[in-house]
Amino acid sequence: MSATRHPSRVAEAPVLPERGPGPVKVTLTVNGTEHALELEPRVSLLDALRERLHLTGAKKGCDQGTCGACTVWVDQRRTLSCLTLAITCEGREVTTVEGLAEDGELHAMQRAFIEQDAFQCGYCTPGQIMSAVALLEEGHASDDAEIREWMSGNICRCAAYPNIRAAVRAVRDQA
Amino acid sequence: MRPISYSRAGDVAGAIATVASDPTSDFLAGGTTEVDLLRQNVMLPRRLVDINDLPLTQIEDRPDGGLYIGALARMSDVAEAPTVRERFPLIREALVLGASAQLRNMASMGGNMMQRTRCAYFRDAASPCNKREPGSGCSALDGFNRGHAVLGVSDHCIATHPSDVAVPLMALDARIHTEGPRGRRVYALDDFFPEPGDTPHLEHPVEHGELVVGIEVPGMPAARTSLYLKVRDRESYEFALASVAAVVPMTDGVIGDIRLALGGVATKPWRARRAERILRGAPAGREVFERAAFEELLPARATPLNAFKVELARRIMVRALETLTGTRSPS
Ligand SMILES: Cc1cc2nc3c(=O)[nH]c(=O)nc-3n(C[C@H](O)[C@H](O)[C@H](O)COP(=O)(O)OP(=O)(O)OC[C@H]3O[C@@H](n4cnc5c(N)ncnc54)[C@H](O)[C@@H]3O)c2cc1C
Ligand code: SF4
Ligand code: FES
Ligand code: FES
Repeated sequence: MSATRHPSRVAEAPVLPERGPGPVKVTLTVNGTEHALELEPRVSLLDALRERLHLTGAKKGCDQGTCGACTVWVDQRRTLSCLTLAITCEGREVTTVEGLAEDGELHAMQRAFIEQDAFQCGYCTPGQIMSAVALLEEGHASDDAEIREWMSGNICRCAAYPNIRAAVRAVRDQA
Repeated sequence: MRPISYSRAGDVAGAIATVASDPTSDFLAGGTTEVDLLRQNVMLPRRLVDINDLPLTQIEDRPDGGLYIGALARMSDVAEAPTVRERFPLIREALVLGASAQLRNMASMGGNMMQRTRCAYFRDAASPCNKREPGSGCSALDGFNRGHAVLGVSDHCIATHPSDVAVPLMALDARIHTEGPRGRRVYALDDFFPEPGDTPHLEHPVEHGELVVGIEVPGMPAARTSLYLKVRDRESYEFALASVAAVVPMTDGVIGDIRLALGGVATKPWRARRAERILRGAPAGREVFERAAFEELLPARATPLNAFKVELARRIMVRALETLTGTRSPS
């Protein structure tokens, strides 16, 4: 066996204090505003946003990481809020689709989704938009093939994909 | 979802001491496996120890031309790292072809090594499953097993190992570094993923509370020209039906220290050693590629539903070899 052992300092380390399982005080920063909540540690970021902060933009499609409807940003990175526990977001910055507009002006991507007719039922749309803005930020929208691949984490049951790509292209080409 | 309590660790020793002190504690990294399976009642920890603040996010060059990747480096960051792009394109390709952009932002490299199988019976807490509940039986043997493994299987479990990036890491002889209650250890990747045998519930040689701290990839200059090929039911955001990672060094048309590994078809990231033995020292060409691929899959044990994987794995091996050696005829 190739494994070799070296001594460790773990034995001297104290066991960490435990929070929960009942409700504990959790401070979340969402769209630039701090919220003090009482949450059980098992509560997902998605449920905290929707049920406690009444920010219902992020949607629950599958609750298991397979659809992208719950996409938000944590510290500016697109993240699935259904597989994120709210308590792990303490000290981090959460942005939802409600935080995109500035001074009552829709974000360019939101406008492009309307102009390009990039949704039908609209259920996947907040996730698509959060993903699309991040996509441009990441620089993964050089052509349609790249947009398709890097947007594949957002499923659209209505198959509005061509129009979603058109919206992404429109914002990309404005820049 | 059952109630859990939570601790956030600020240092490695504290994280290990806390999980080790309590058999019902788990580490929590990106949560893309842990939270998912907690919600399905498949994993039943009482407490989660959040390790996301630990300083284990490095992606460093090693003096031997290799890499050291911290356990908490995210899949997306490793894929974008210039040194990975340049020197280990097969690692980058395996990462960007896995999951989705959102999941790759969340998922850590250590968590990826520890992820659980996607076998639907394992994920359904109500079905008999030897991996989840030793001795309860394997529902997949006579069940819907189209996605299951054909190599490294046993009468007790035929679950496919789901990781993409573990496949190139297996080809490159990577090593897993851990720290646990009884000290630090280094495992060859092959030892880190045992075959199921009659103990499919024992997925890794680590003890409870042992933390993966990093992954070491030895230098291999030839890996600058390498590839990862993945075939699946849809073009993106899907696990592999079959995949291959390949590095094929050549001198004057003769194959040198070749590395081949398969994903999607085996119970562990599968090093294609039979094929490597045939190919090492052979002149590159379709005939020897086909023979090597044929031999590699000879020990395969398929079911009527997943028998197609045997041929699929052979074909993608040949395709990868032809592509890398420039012998692929245009089609
Ligand atoms: C919809 C979906 C699609 C996916 N598609 C793919 C795919 O195509 N290819 C692919 O390769 N993967 C895929 N994955 C799997 C994904 O890559 C893994 O879930 C991820 O890598 C796990 O990392 P994590 O940081 O989220 O781990 P966590 O979920 O936090 O942890 C996973 C397990 O490992 C333990 N753990 C975590 N970190 C450590 C550590 N440092 N030391 C010891 N134990 C640890 C945890 O206790 C837990 O049991 C997919 C996942 C989902 C949900
Ligand atoms: S294949 Fe393995 S994981 Fe799936 S049901 Fe059988 S024992 Fe369980
Ligand atoms: S609700 Fe999160 S990915 Fe579907
Ligand atoms: S617009 Fe209906 S799911 Fe996308």
